[in-house]
Amino acid sequence: MALGLYSLIEAALLCVNAIAVLNEERFLSKVGWATDTVSGFGEQPGMKSQIINLIRSVRMVMRIPLIIVNTITIVLLLLFG
Amino acid sequence: MFFLAADIPLCAATHLWHLLKVPQKKRHKAPRGGAAEQRRRQPRPDYGGGPTPLFDDTSSPGDPAYNQNQPQGGGAFYGGMAGQQILTDPMANMAMQYGSSLATQGKDVMEKHIDRFISISKLKYYFAVDTTYVGKKLMLLLFPYMHSNWSIRYNKEEPVAPRYEINAPDLYIPVMAFVTYILVAGYCLGTQNSFTPELLGMQASSALVWLILEIVVITMAMYILSVATDIKTFDLLAFCGYKYVGMIGILLGGMLFGSMGYYLALAWCSASMFFFLLRTLRLVILPDASHDMGGSGGNKGRTYLVLAIAVLQPVFMCWLTRHLIPNQN
Repeated sequence: MALGLYSLIEAALLCVNAIAVLNEERFLSKVGWATDTVSGFGEQPGMKSQIINLIRSVRMVMRIPLIIVNTITIVLLLLFG
Repeated sequence: MFFLAADIPLCAATHLWHLLKVPQKKRHKAPRGGAAEQRRRQPRPDYGGGPTPLFDDTSSPGDPAYNQNQPQGGGAFYGGMAGQQILTDPMANMAMQYGSSLATQGKDVMEKHIDRFISISKLKYYFAVDTTYVGKKLMLLLFPYMHSNWSIRYNKEEPVAPRYEINAPDLYIPVMAFVTYILVAGYCLGTQNSFTPELLGMQASSALVWLILEIVVITMAMYILSVATDIKTFDLLAFCGYKYVGMIGILLGGMLFGSMGYYLALAWCSASMFFFLLRTLRLVILPDASHDMGGSGGNKGRTYLVLAIAVLQPVFMCWLTRHLIPNQN
């Protein structure tokens, strides 16, 4: 029950890290989740293509913010435990 | 702050100029009528809420004309010495006008900056409630079974304000219910002699976190299932926030009648919330349910989504109240 706002932020950070660490060539293409498997437009995008799209967007957008936020978190944890 | 600092000299200069230009006689004629007229001539602020404004404009004491004329009328009417003295002093008038214009300027700048992040006019829609609406909605939340018409009336593509339409989502009840839930939880802990002030903050933080998680999960699910609806995040917040009403009822039942009352209230409120959300969300998320029963993948996803949201609420209601009730017998 002791779930505060700080833990939520931390959990969100870890989740975004987990998504961002997925590599396109080394991992996603082997599972069959590469970007080029996405079907062309015109038809309704399926669940899988939406997830792939989300992963790609997160990796693209969050790269530099993640570096900064992770650094801040590490420093804070080192200082205040 | 930069804008403010830059605008102050300019604004003060224009006001000085106006004061010098306006003849002194004008200030003495028909003070009250003048104020009313000036207020009426101002363009109505746009609330984005269709033809009927969401709120009556009660913010007019902030405008300079009103402030300037109001005490004058009183002074002239009662013939008070001190009042007359202050009012005939041009410096006081100028200072007054300068101050009020400064306040308006600051308010405008603030509103412009806040508007960039959250649209105030959109948020205002969710708080346009009145007492009868709140009473009716609370009854609807606790006894939804007899209600027959669940559709939201639209007025030129704009949903009608909540105080005219009982089925519209509002944020007033969720916010108030949230605060009340925190306080009732504190009281519950107090009856068990385990109350400390920090616990209130922890309760609030925890409840807020669960609410945010819920919203995020629902939004993600809507994205992944590619459910394109016109439901907004504020709507979701409202629908998820209605469960606090039930939770207050559950806590009260638990406090008054022990664990038996707790479970009875939990069952009743869960069933009511489930029913309420099912009926409401069915119309919001499944807008094309009537003419498109072809059974495409998207429609199935929508149905499951509605069901999942409705099932989530009782789970959260139980989860957020269970630890507050002492285990009797």
